Amino acid sequence: MKIVYYVNQFFGGIGAEEHAGAPLEFRDGALGPAKLFEQLMGNDATVTMTIVCGDNHAVEHQDQVTAAVLDKVRASGADLVAAGPCFDAGRYGMAAGAICSAIQRELGIPAITAMHVENPGVDLFREELHIVDSGISIAKMRDIVATMAKLGKKLVARQPVGLPAEEGYISRGLLRDQLGDKTAATRMIDMLIAKMDGEKFDSEMLPNAFAPVPMPARIKDMSKAKLMVITDGGLVPKGNPDKIEGTAATRWGAYNIAGSDDLRSEDYEVSHGGYDTRFVQDDPDRLVPLDALRELEKSGVIGKLHEEFLSTCGRSNPLSNTRRLGREMVEKIKRDGVDAVILTST
Amino acid sequence: MQITSALPIAKMVGSNRVVLGTGIVHVTGDAKLPLKDEKDLRRKLVQQALDALQSNEKQ
Repeated sequence: MKIVYYVNQFFGGIGAEEHAGAPLEFRDGALGPAKLFEQLMGNDATVTMTIVCGDNHAVEHQDQVTAAVLDKVRASGADLVAAGPCFDAGRYGMAAGAICSAIQRELGIPAITAMHVENPGVDLFREELHIVDSGISIAKMRDIVATMAKLGKKLVARQPVGLPAEEGYISRGLLRDQLGDKTAATRMIDMLIAKMDGEKFDSEMLPNAFAPVPMPARIKDMSKAKLMVITDGGLVPKGNPDKIEGTAATRWGAYNIAGSDDLRSEDYEVSHGGYDTRFVQDDPDRLVPLDALRELEKSGVIGKLHEEFLSTCGRSNPLSNTRRLGREMVEKIKRDGVDAVILTST
Repeated sequence: MQITSALPIAKMVGSNRVVLGTGIVHVTGDAKLPLKDEKDLRRKLVQQALDALQSNEKQ
């Protein structure tokens, strides 16, 4: 089995923080934690290449670094890519996560890494990757790398991976169907009784964790600002030209409202299950308040209302999907020079 | 900023500027009101949204 390993400048033996600008390097054989990983993976495993990159360089030039790594790994014929452990080193975690994620996505080669749960790399890549929970103590290096190796073998062999707590990786926030010997009602009553008795029980629903979002600065002069409306309530032109799904939408659309003062019922429909859409169907301004915004634009309160509104359907949508939709919308918002957004949510 | 009637969701995901809408089924309207009153209501909601965008206070 051929393995390619990624480490930062510190674990690659180049140096500490003062060498964080070190450029990307490809070294033959195993270096630093890669040696331990190779040993724990067993006799038929060889680390053929260790990739080393300074943390600052990796984060500041992420696209170039990822592209160069993809080329090398593609040519290497690797069966597995491993990175880290990154502990609570944020830039290392982001770099290792970005590289592992690109390798899995672009090359279909499984990847394994390890980080502390609060490493920002976890938030960015937990859904795509198996990230072993490393904690923050480098003294546990051997145990962490052993867990990575055990999981890595399973990924290469395409064996089923068990639950996060059993396998030692950080929850990916995924739900998986499983056959149980008790019905949901029985399991719920069991949990309730355990709770009433003060005993330990494991809920089958885990709340999602959301990292705090920094507050964008206020608009200083609205009369000069360009404003856009986005809705997740599923308002689309008649015929739903982008075929936006009414549940778990994978797409969004941009719809022209230039020259229009009011959204008319006959021009629109609503692609959104779950809520009673008749009221919005009767008057779409109840979801995209064009009439009011146009008045405020004409009276000079708003500089300009953007000529399109964006729309998607927010119903029963996995976070990995909505985050992608959000990122795509943000690219457009930036490209179009929009200063502020009003998002209406049903 | 966000106009929504599902305030707990906006809070959960960490929206920084939130104006409470008039209902899940008509966030920026109210089907029970005569058209003129509904338009007044919508103008007020939109004005609140603009106020939120011009303030640095979490709301």
